[in-house]
Amino acid sequence: MKKHTIAVIVENRPGVLSRVSGLFSRRGYNIHSLAVGTTEDENLSRMTIVVEGDDDTLEQITKQLYKLIDVVRVYELSNISAVDRELVLIKVAANESTRSEIQQIVDIFRAKIVDLGENALIVEATGDSTKIDAIENMLKKYGIREMVRTGKVSLARSEETK
Amino acid sequence: MELTGAQALLESLKKEGVEVIFGLPGGQTLPLYDALYSEKGLRHILVRHEQGAGHAADGYARATGKVGVCLATSGPGATNLVTAIANAHMDSIPMVAITGQVGTSFLGKDSFQEVDITGITLPITKHNYLVKSADQIPNIVKEAFYIASTGRPGPVLIDIPKNLQLTKIDFKYPESINMPAYKPTYHGHPKQIAAAAKLIDKAQKPMIYAGGGVISSDAAKELLELATKISSPVTTTLLGKGAFPETHPLSLGMLGMHGTVYANYAVTECDLLIAVGARFDDRVTGRIEHFAPKAKVIHIDIDPAEIGKNVSVDIPIVGDVKNVLCALNNHIKQKDSHSEWVAQVLAWKEKHPLCYKSNGGLKPQAVIEEIYRVTKGEAIIVTEVGQHQMWSAQYYKYTSPRTFISSGGLGTMGFGLPAAMGAQVGKPDKIVIDIAGDGSVQMNIQELNTMVNNKLPVIIAIMNNQYLGMVRQWQELLHGRRYSHVDLDDNPDFVKIAEAYGAQAFRVEKFEDVEKAMKKAIAKRDGPTVIEFIVEREENVFPFVSPGQAINEMLVD
Repeated sequence: MKKHTIAVIVENRPGVLSRVSGLFSRRGYNIHSLAVGTTEDENLSRMTIVVEGDDDTLEQITKQLYKLIDVVRVYELSNISAVDRELVLIKVAANESTRSEIQQIVDIFRAKIVDLGENALIVEATGDSTKIDAIENMLKKYGIREMVRTGKVSLARSEETK
Repeated sequence: MELTGAQALLESLKKEGVEVIFGLPGGQTLPLYDALYSEKGLRHILVRHEQGAGHAADGYARATGKVGVCLATSGPGATNLVTAIANAHMDSIPMVAITGQVGTSFLGKDSFQEVDITGITLPITKHNYLVKSADQIPNIVKEAFYIASTGRPGPVLIDIPKNLQLTKIDFKYPESINMPAYKPTYHGHPKQIAAAAKLIDKAQKPMIYAGGGVISSDAAKELLELATKISSPVTTTLLGKGAFPETHPLSLGMLGMHGTVYANYAVTECDLLIAVGARFDDRVTGRIEHFAPKAKVIHIDIDPAEIGKNVSVDIPIVGDVKNVLCALNNHIKQKDSHSEWVAQVLAWKEKHPLCYKSNGGLKPQAVIEEIYRVTKGEAIIVTEVGQHQMWSAQYYKYTSPRTFISSGGLGTMGFGLPAAMGAQVGKPDKIVIDIAGDGSVQMNIQELNTMVNNKLPVIIAIMNNQYLGMVRQWQELLHGRRYSHVDLDDNPDFVKIAEAYGAQAFRVEKFEDVEKAMKKAIAKRDGPTVIEFIVEREENVFPFVSPGQAINEMLVD
C-alpha cells in the first residue's frame, strides 16, 4: 500500500494528540509513524504522520482531520518536494575487535558515536528513512541492543511553501 | 460582576438563550444545583435517569431547532449520558451536555465517581472540553454552543470539576468567537452550482434524495421549489421525513431497506440523483454498487467528509443546503414536466402501494393510519426503534419539518419516550405522540414519572406484539424462524404500570376502539396517556431489502 506523509498543524491544547490518534484508530487508518513537536508559533504544534492507504483513503483522512476543531491545517508532503528527516539512536554491542569496523560504518553514513561503554556504544544518525534503514541494517550483525527512531518529520522546500 | 463558576455557567447558558435544562443532580454538581436553587431564568426538568435527560435534550432540539441542554454528575451520571450523546452525534443534533467532575486535585487518582468522560466521549462528540480553570467557563460555553449549532450540528460536552464550580471569577460574557481553525463552508462554490444546474437541465429522469440536512438547515421551502421547478420525484431518508410534504404527488416516501417499492425503483432507474443533506447510509443504499446505477450524482452537504465517503460523486457541492438550493433554484431552467418519467414513477406508485393484509388481529399499520386520521397529520410523531418505527415512517404522512423524530443512525431503543418528553417541553401546544414497541418502551419507561410531575401531555402508543419484533422478523426471514430470545410474552401490565406512575392509561384490542382512545388521550392536556395496543404478533415490516441486496430487490410480503 502506498505511504503518504502528511503534516497536521494543530492548536497546542491538551488532548489534541489523542483526538488525532483516536481518529486514526477508530476509522481504521494505519499510522506508520507519528512525530509531534512545537512550531514557530507557540500556539501551534505540528504532527508529521506517515499513513498507508490509497488516494481515496488519504482524502477521507484529510477531511476527517479537518472536522476536528483543533486542527488548523492539513497538507500532504509526499507529492511535493520536501525535506524529510528522521533521527535514530542505536545501541550496538561493541568490543575492542568490532569497534573500529563500526566506526567506519558510522563515518560512511556521516553518523556519530555519542556514547561509548565497554561492551556497547550508541550511534546517532539523521537522514531520510531509507538512510536510517540502511544504517540499521549494517549494524544488525553486531547486535542491536536497543533502538529508537523518532519517526519522520518533514518540511516542504522553500519554493513549495504557500 | 463577580460570580462563582456555577453561577457563571448558568449566566452563560442564559446568554445563549437556553430556557430549559434536563438533568439529575449528584455529588459533583452540588454547586451547580445550589446555583439553580435560586435561579429564576432557567427551567430545570428533573429526570429519573440521565439517559432520559440526554434524549430529552435531543428531542427538544429536534422539535425546536434550538440547542438542547442536559446536565449530569460525574462518573455514572456522565456515563449514563453516553448513549444519548452518541445518538445525537450520529443524527447531527445540536446538543450541549454538561457534566460535573471531581475536583482538579482529585483528577486522575481514580477518585470516587471519577471517570474520564472527555476521553470516553471523544469519538461521539463534535468537540468536548475539560474545564481547567473557572475563568474559561464563559468562553467555553460560548464556543460549545457555536460548535454545536453551526456547520454540521452535533453534541458538545463540557466537563466541569467541582472546585471550579465554586471558584469566584470576574464574569464577562464574550461577544465574539475566535476560532480560526473552525470555519464551516456555507456557500456552495458558484462553479459547482453552475455545473449542477447544467446536469439538472439535461437530465431526463431526475430524482431527489433528501435527508436530515434539509431539516437542520431549514430548507424545506427551497426543496419544494426545486422539485416542482424541475418536476422531480422526491424520496427522503428516515431523518428526512417532513422535509418534503408526503401528500405531494411528487413525494415517493422513504427509500432503502424499508422504503417504498416506487422510491427504490425510481432511484434504480433515474439518470440523475440529487442527494441533498443525506449521507448514503447503508440502510439507504443497500448493496452500494447497485445503488442508482444509471445516475450521475450531485451531492449537496455541509460536511465535506461526507462527499465521496460511501459513493463517488459527479458534482459535489459543499455548503449549507438552504443556501445551495437557493442558488441552484436561481440557476436552473423551469421544466414543465419530464412527462414520461413522472408518468412512469406515478405508475409504479399506483401499482405497488404500501400495503398490509387486514385479516387477523389488530394491525399496527392500521393503528398508525388511524392515529394519522385522528390527528389530521398535525402531531409530532416520535418513535422508539424497531418495527413500529418503520410503520410510523410508512403509514403516517409527514408534511412539515420537525414533526417526525426518530433515532436514525444509532438506532437507539429507549429513545422515543424521553425524546417525546423533550419535544413536548419545546412544543407545549402540539400533540406529541411516542409510537413505541413493547420492547423499547421498557428501556426508559421511568420518565413517565417526569412527564406526570411536569404535566406533559405526551401520548405513548405502545404497539404491543409481545416480541422484540424487528429481531423476530429477521430471525423469521433470515434465520429459519429460530426465534432466539425475542419472546416478551411475560411483559408487565403496561396499563397498571402507567397508572402506578400517575398516567392515564387504556388498553385497546379492537380497531373500532382506536379512535375513541386517541381522542381521550388528546383531550387530556395535563399529563401523559399510555395506550397499549394489543397488535398482531407476527406482523412484518414490508417492503424489506435483505442486507447486502440491491434496493430494487425487495421482499414485499
